[in-house]
Amino acid sequence: MVTTETETRKLSYIQAVNEALRQEMERDPAVFIMGEDIAGGAGREDQGIIDSWGGPMRLTKGLIKQFGKERVRDTPISEAGFIGAGVGAAATGLRPVVELMYVSFFGVCSDQITNNAAKMHYMFGGKIKLPLTIMTGMGAGLATAAQHSETLYSIFTHFPGLKCAVPSDAYTGKGIMTTSIRDDDPVIIFQNRQLMGLPASTHVPEDPYTLPIGKARITREGSDVTLVGIGFTSYLNNQAADLLAAEGISADVVDLLWTSPLDEEAILDSVQKTRKVVIVDEDYPRCSLATDISALVAEQGFDYLDAPPKRVSPPHTSVPYSQPLEAAYMPTAEKVVEAVREVMA
Amino acid sequence: MTITTSIDNDKLLWMYQMMVTIRRFEEQSKREADAGKLRGMHSSVGQEAVPVGVCAHLRDDDYVLGTHRSHHHCIAKGLDLNAMMAELLGKSTGTNKGKGGTMHIADINKGMLGANGVVGSNIPVAAGVGLSARIRGTDQVSVVFFGDGAANQGTLHEAMNLAGIWKLPTLFVCENNRYAESTPVEYSVSGESIAERASGYNIPSVIADGQNVLEMYEIGGEAVRRARAGEGPTFIEAQTYRYNGHFGADNPLTYRTQEEEDYYEGRDCVERMKAHLSQTKVATEDEINEIDKKALATVEEAARFADDSPFPDPEELTTDVYISYP
Repeated sequence: MVTTETETRKLSYIQAVNEALRQEMERDPAVFIMGEDIAGGAGREDQGIIDSWGGPMRLTKGLIKQFGKERVRDTPISEAGFIGAGVGAAATGLRPVVELMYVSFFGVCSDQITNNAAKMHYMFGGKIKLPLTIMTGMGAGLATAAQHSETLYSIFTHFPGLKCAVPSDAYTGKGIMTTSIRDDDPVIIFQNRQLMGLPASTHVPEDPYTLPIGKARITREGSDVTLVGIGFTSYLNNQAADLLAAEGISADVVDLLWTSPLDEEAILDSVQKTRKVVIVDEDYPRCSLATDISALVAEQGFDYLDAPPKRVSPPHTSVPYSQPLEAAYMPTAEKVVEAVREVMA
Repeated sequence: MTITTSIDNDKLLWMYQMMVTIRRFEEQSKREADAGKLRGMHSSVGQEAVPVGVCAHLRDDDYVLGTHRSHHHCIAKGLDLNAMMAELLGKSTGTNKGKGGTMHIADINKGMLGANGVVGSNIPVAAGVGLSARIRGTDQVSVVFFGDGAANQGTLHEAMNLAGIWKLPTLFVCENNRYAESTPVEYSVSGESIAERASGYNIPSVIADGQNVLEMYEIGGEAVRRARAGEGPTFIEAQTYRYNGHFGADNPLTYRTQEEEDYYEGRDCVERMKAHLSQTKVATEDEINEIDKKALATVEEAARFADDSPFPDPEELTTDVYISYP
């Protein structure tokens, strides 16, 4: 278990991930980054232009000035091309970090992720390693409509061979990035855009650190109900836990951090303690992490339960643009509280 | 074309031996498939000259990436025949411990980064291997073989563009065997040739007689030289022919003529090379027969090895999913 909140070096999510990338590039010359506009304005160095963007989410700002354009490599808009190139580079001695700007764009490059990155180690008999990190942005709430707002970790969790990580704040953002770069398997890091927009509020140690792969953390200890969250929904669950505390309900908040491997033990241990569970997930509701966890609890924790598992997920629709519709689509702390009242009833 | 490269005798004999070995290996593979021991076979008979002429210039630390039809790429890159045949039979001694089979043979130690069952899938990966060599500061090259079918996949165009803007040490070798499964190239490829597509990416391209190993050797040599020298990628369209159907049970005469098959089989790469060796007195008939016998014996030994090898233990089902897993 990870404890975090005792010191005061506050960084934003973006600052924390940027620091992890910088430290790992300093530590290991095999690490390089590529993606669309990760520096920006490529090829205009003779006009004094360098690092005009620093990444679509600004996660890579400043890195090209320190490490140069060989290792901080802007790509054309060719996701199949450069994610495939990341696979080839990872198979031959490098540790690429490749940015897929929005996870919804996986449709144009999923063959490279699911048929090559995920399968090569297994189908080649374990004789090749693929230390590839893919980082991608996701999440609704910013009025970017159906093709730029999805939360799609469930579909990748489906594939054996991929590790899937979903940080929930600056501290886990840095730790998971460092862990993934150093790991010899392909890892996809799903980064929520609302978390990236939050002000610096989390303590982040300056020295590099890793987090245990596939281990959840408990962000609130409680005894009445388990709240399971993933990334941004863990942030919501912490808010919901505060609201519930005001009603005298004590919530145990499980922040998954990884969807593959999934920390089944942490979920079941918490449910054994509280006897009630609400699973909060921003991905689509069918064949999702939430349904998977609900099945896990029903199959392996049935005897613990005082009430059926409850899911808080969006409806089975695409993400709408109009802001009132989008607000209705998304999980919120209030919806979590409402769900808790139902399982407590 | 006129062959201008002077090729030493050892290399000529190596190329002949490789092509014969591939031919015998594929014939044995077909027997294994007919016996029900091998599933999903795509024969490379007829196309042997293409990888042999190119791989003659490669080192063990250069990389080759292949397709669903890749036995000839693997043999030309120097993979062990015993381990290959064992892999085809799903045995634990196979190149991939029996987990890959005919469409996924790989051997990182020999620079074979894998046959690949998805048409066009390996082409961007090959560009990444070229990028890796460049970032690591080596003179290694990557070679990706693919068919005329893959010429119509977007991945080829994305990878050619990346290789073009980054001047990657990557060879794009299209084995145009005239059919994507049953679909003829005249129907599926717009434009005069596949090779000309490379010009849009500022990549030099050449059309080669893929049934002439000497021509493949010459063109492959210049392409590898350019790549090692940092001059960037080359595109080779090797015009060849798949003698058999797309897969084991496919009867190609349902979509092409006997006359066409006879024409291409009449310019067979193995027979032409054998004639060349005799005419130029590089080898006597006895010496050629000796190579033929040795190739057959090697393949028969591989078949015995594969038959005698055990299947993987059931526990192997769930190993190798990840390198590290809690």
